[in-house]
Amino acid sequence: MADASIARASDQVASEGRRDRSSGQGSFARVAGYTISRAIALFITIVIGVYATILIANMGGYVDEIRSAQIEESVAIGVSQNPEYRSLTSAQRQELVAGIVEVERRRLGLDRPFMVRSFTYLTNALTLDLGRSEYISSDRGSRQVRQVILERLAPTLILFASANLILFFVAIFVGLFLSRRYGSWLDRFVIALAPTSAAPSWFFGIFLILIFAALLGVLPFGGMVATPPPPDRLDYALSVLRHLILPVSAIIIGAVFITIYSWRTFFLIYSSEDYVEMAKAKGLPSNTIERRYVLRPTLPTIITSFALLVIQLWTGGIVLETVFNWPGLGRLLFQAINLFDTPIIVASVVIFAYLLAVTVFLLDIVYALVDPRVKVDSGGAV
Amino acid sequence: MKALLRNLKALTQFPSAIVGLGVVFAMVVFAAYAMITIPYSEAIRLWRGGDQVWGDTPRNARPAWFNLFPGNNLPTTIRVDSRHDPNLKTRQEVGEELTAVDIRLPFEFRYDGFPKELNVTFAAQFEARRPNVQMTWVTPDGREIRLGDLTLRATETFRISQESRLERRLGGRPPEVGLFANPDDPSRALHGTYELRAEGLVFEEGADIEAKLVVFGQVHGLAGTDHRRRDLMVALLWGAPIALAFGLLAAVGTTITTMIIAAVGVWFGGIVDAAIQRVTEVNLILPLLPILIMVGTFYSRSIWVILGVIIVLGIFSANIKTYRAIFLQVKQTPYIEAARAYGAGHGRIVFRYMIPRVVPVLVPSFVTLIPTYVFLEATLAVLGLGDPILPTWGKVINDALTQGALFRGQYYWVLEPALLLMVIGFGFALVGFALDRVFNPRLRDL
Repeated sequence: MADASIARASDQVASEGRRDRSSGQGSFARVAGYTISRAIALFITIVIGVYATILIANMGGYVDEIRSAQIEESVAIGVSQNPEYRSLTSAQRQELVAGIVEVERRRLGLDRPFMVRSFTYLTNALTLDLGRSEYISSDRGSRQVRQVILERLAPTLILFASANLILFFVAIFVGLFLSRRYGSWLDRFVIALAPTSAAPSWFFGIFLILIFAALLGVLPFGGMVATPPPPDRLDYALSVLRHLILPVSAIIIGAVFITIYSWRTFFLIYSSEDYVEMAKAKGLPSNTIERRYVLRPTLPTIITSFALLVIQLWTGGIVLETVFNWPGLGRLLFQAINLFDTPIIVASVVIFAYLLAVTVFLLDIVYALVDPRVKVDSGGAV
Repeated sequence: MKALLRNLKALTQFPSAIVGLGVVFAMVVFAAYAMITIPYSEAIRLWRGGDQVWGDTPRNARPAWFNLFPGNNLPTTIRVDSRHDPNLKTRQEVGEELTAVDIRLPFEFRYDGFPKELNVTFAAQFEARRPNVQMTWVTPDGREIRLGDLTLRATETFRISQESRLERRLGGRPPEVGLFANPDDPSRALHGTYELRAEGLVFEEGADIEAKLVVFGQVHGLAGTDHRRRDLMVALLWGAPIALAFGLLAAVGTTITTMIIAAVGVWFGGIVDAAIQRVTEVNLILPLLPILIMVGTFYSRSIWVILGVIIVLGIFSANIKTYRAIFLQVKQTPYIEAARAYGAGHGRIVFRYMIPRVVPVLVPSFVTLIPTYVFLEATLAVLGLGDPILPTWGKVINDALTQGALFRGQYYWVLEPALLLMVIGFGFALVGFALDRVFNPRLRDL
């Protein structure tokens, strides 16, 4: 018991210290301070996370071995095919190969101990300076991993931003609507559909492709724009929109029912609070009650749950993009797996870690904006 | 324990829970049936088998129940083997050391569609001089079409469908269509008794020929076949025990470890708790699927290695925060203080006092986790990182997608494993949702 109370006491001291520092400042400063401290904490988290990724990627120097083998093979082939070296004896040729391999290994830094290299890898990974890919090149023809990744980032962001925004607002409005009509057949129907969210989005994607592309033929099987891409800007945008419908629907169908179910429950819990009854007794219009008395206090909880949901959706998107041939990061990772393109695979994992962290960070800011405890007292919410 | 039983009784009041339990039970029976009828080693042999195992099944055949729909009368596979019926073969001495072996392989064909392929396999016994055989196709209306001549080796497969000269003689139609087409209406098959006549000559004493005709159908078995002629039923059956085992083990592994870590963190508090919290935050931004993909590509695709990685990465999952909140309440209860008073050690308090108290809260989330992991395995398989040996539902979907089943209209190939995944997923999810309402009193009235 003693250690626990000490811990609590120290917590209290710490939060009091923070309160002293922040007293007399505006709520903007508190939100900004909260945001900065979260950003720093998340950056440290990212560094640790990326380092862990590198350790897993190079468990026991396995990747290094693969790369050494590749170097040896390519050098050996290069030497054997070069007519200048044809006159050499096999012993001389082996010596030459060994020499070139050694230089090449030193050039790539493979001769240094792993712990030293891992920190070089870490800084490289954090700046996405991951060298050159082995097989995959970007549409502009670059082999730079950073170029390849950045080129694929935009389609992924388009797909997920639109899907998540629609998902968020649909779930909030339907959730509020159902909490008002709690127990109606519509409510029961949506709740009965909640278990469908056990399946990932690509799973629904297959069915959507089957129905709308294969059977009805009204929407494309996949891809981001029609081939050949329309020259006109407006036509191009419309074509992208047409290709967006199915993957976005798949993401939404895959997550919307469970989200509505859990948010509706939050709304119901908060609408049974005494102050809501009080507001009803005062005769406030139900719109106002919903917005100010139910939605407002529920938002922090909802944002936390949304953050966890988006994190799940990010990783689920890899297969979704593959199923829909969407030229984003997920499909890049899929292609990299098939071609065994080590730098791209590692870089994809790193960029996904970044995306998750940015998601968490953005939602943290929104959280700070909607949670009054952050504005009033920075100690309370953290 | 009594409370657990009472809660389980309350579960029977939810119709969705009963449906869910029924589905889960049916799946367990299905899995048990799979393991009993096809032993593990046999399943692997069948799934990895090539032409030796699946020589006689058609490629990409639909399930046989397609014929139950009105208007469908697609051919099934027909095999006629001279070894099975001695009446099909006649031997006649023609001269010194020269014997004519006449094999007639008749079969009934009363289907609307055409077969997928035609194969004749010969088995010949001889010492040095290779027997000769001449093949003729006899249609129900009495036309005789020469197929070709062969000088036989010990075993020889004559793929009639791939004979381009025959195709040209049949007016450019593939042999499996041209040989069956009705002369009056070439788009339809002629019904009746067909016959393949193989007239052989053997040049030695004791030499012999056997022949087997396989008319590959368009439908096969309960589940159909894939691009490698494998009966999908093997994978559909064996996918069940694998999915159940994987989902269950992953869910057990992650929830129990998470719970222990959360309990330990709350009990010891201070640095331990803070460290656990920070690790959880790092773990939250580690992308699970890309890491699994990395492990799958670099190290091992074995389903058990992947399971281990999932459990390790799942230890510090976001659930720790939920459990922590509950444990913080439990820690303040008087019976924990009583336990301390009589001198119980840390381990005893964590494992005998705190964790049992939280188990009821954990049951629903545990059950809802199972389908998540079942689908995770399928997800990896769809990415081409499925277990290299075992047949799983995800691998069937992966095969179907890479072979373009949706573009080619082979919907059964995708739908069968997908429906099974859906059934197993929804079964567990239904039970989990009902359990959630029973065990979490806050939700019970809602």
